[in-house]
Amino acid sequence: MRREIPVLITGIAGVVFVVQYFIPHFPFNRLSNWFSDWFSIIAACAIWLGALNLIKISIEKIAYRRHDWGYSIIVVACFLLMVVFGFWAGRDSREPGMPFTWMYDFVYSPLSATMFAILAFFVGSASYRAFRARNLEATLLLLAAFFVMLGRVPVGDVLTGFLPEQFQLSQVAAWIMNFPNSAGQRAIMIGIALGIVSASLRIILGIERSHLGGE
Amino acid sequence: MSRRAIELSVLALVLVATILVYVGRRNDWFGTLHFSTSVSVLVIVLMAGGMLWVLARTIQGHPAERRVVFLYIGIAVSLPLFMSLSQTISISPETKELMAGLEPLPPGSKVLVTFDYDPSSAPELQPMAETFFRWAFDRRYKVIVMGLWPQGPQQANMALDLVLADEKYKAMNLQYGTDYVNLGFQSGNEFVIQRIGSDFQSMFRVDFFGTPYDQLPLVKNVKNFSNIDYSFNLSAGYPGTREWVLIAVDRYGLKMGAGNTAVQTTGMYPYVRSGQLLGILGGMNGAAEFEAVTGYLGKGTRFMLSQSFAHMIVIAFIIIGNVAYFRLERKRKK
Repeated sequence: MRREIPVLITGIAGVVFVVQYFIPHFPFNRLSNWFSDWFSIIAACAIWLGALNLIKISIEKIAYRRHDWGYSIIVVACFLLMVVFGFWAGRDSREPGMPFTWMYDFVYSPLSATMFAILAFFVGSASYRAFRARNLEATLLLLAAFFVMLGRVPVGDVLTGFLPEQFQLSQVAAWIMNFPNSAGQRAIMIGIALGIVSASLRIILGIERSHLGGE
Repeated sequence: MSRRAIELSVLALVLVATILVYVGRRNDWFGTLHFSTSVSVLVIVLMAGGMLWVLARTIQGHPAERRVVFLYIGIAVSLPLFMSLSQTISISPETKELMAGLEPLPPGSKVLVTFDYDPSSAPELQPMAETFFRWAFDRRYKVIVMGLWPQGPQQANMALDLVLADEKYKAMNLQYGTDYVNLGFQSGNEFVIQRIGSDFQSMFRVDFFGTPYDQLPLVKNVKNFSNIDYSFNLSAGYPGTREWVLIAVDRYGLKMGAGNTAVQTTGMYPYVRSGQLLGILGGMNGAAEFEAVTGYLGKGTRFMLSQSFAHMIVIAFIIIGNVAYFRLERKRKK
């Protein structure tokens, strides 16, 4: 029963969602809304589950002095600090000037942006060390990168200002994005969509059961 | 000096720099700091000279260390922030399409702005949000904010606080709940979009601040997407623009424009070409274009010089790396 019931729920929910798309009337619309509400509730619970799991793993790491356990102390301390700040003032914690908002604005936001900004340094390093025109495909990719990177910033048009408008870098970049890029993206989308349809059918019909765990 | 001592010194330096930047921001030290045009040109010449030095060293078989590359990127991104050089921002067809979708909206139109990103994407998307709010408030649109990312509504509040602190908008006496509202975050990804397609209130019983949905004059008559005149999605991934297009646009016929991170924009072009998306703003360049076309010049325009320099440095590194590679290959063949 541990497998049959989840397979049954998955099958019913899947069929309802497929049917209600084509027949958005009672009872399928009501069932669809009902399942959507349930999904939101489960997703909210999953956030709690994720947070508790993070705490459990971090505390275990500290307790057994595992590799880099010091960072786990920071994780637990920051987690508890934000929870205290969040619950301490209730809904008012989101007002400007409150500790929760202050932590978000002046600690979380800059740190998060900094982590993402580090990417620029790695891109720079990779472009110098690894981005080579070794073969035709790599050369095409490199040329596309060259035109798009320069064409997407104002300096591109400054460098090619002497050329007719249709040959300026911004126009070349727009052409690459609108035609070769769109064509490639569409091909990828169609491939993914077909894959999703077949995978969904396998899950709805209970053929694919790996999401339930085990074999 | 031992490695440990160097690491501690760097850490102390970063800490001091962080405190200085924080105090500086609070006291607006950097707002007035600008290089003159001649200093800006001198900096550019020095950077170009540095790149030539890297090229020469690389050709001689001494590739630049990783930290040198990092230093160049750091300089290329940070110093242009203080330069007083102007750039002409050309408007892309996608931004023109977005404006073509926005401009016909009459005053009083209900506009749904969805914040599906977190602070890591804020440098690209926050300027778009701020510009959109300015545009919407100036045209007396009614703005409804929500987010499928937990941090989204908080980002919306940051943008709203900044815009509403402006004397111009203070004078307009915009009221929360009547002129704009933040419905907050709802978990459930695309299921939330699907559900609010039939009933907004089922997903948002209360707003971001805990006010019941029925007590908010702006939204109490908003039942579903048929009561929304236009939607602007700011997205940095999943759930985001793709999910909104697949459900809200395709199924419920919502009119939608979008602002995406540069990385994500490439995947959205098919939706723009098919007309499902009414234009798209791509990355910081899109933000700068949006600011230029609306006339609200802000962070997007200011940061574009940095973006230009960063792109040029990356291109220069690609060229230098390839020149060295082909020279080395030729030597090997000989």
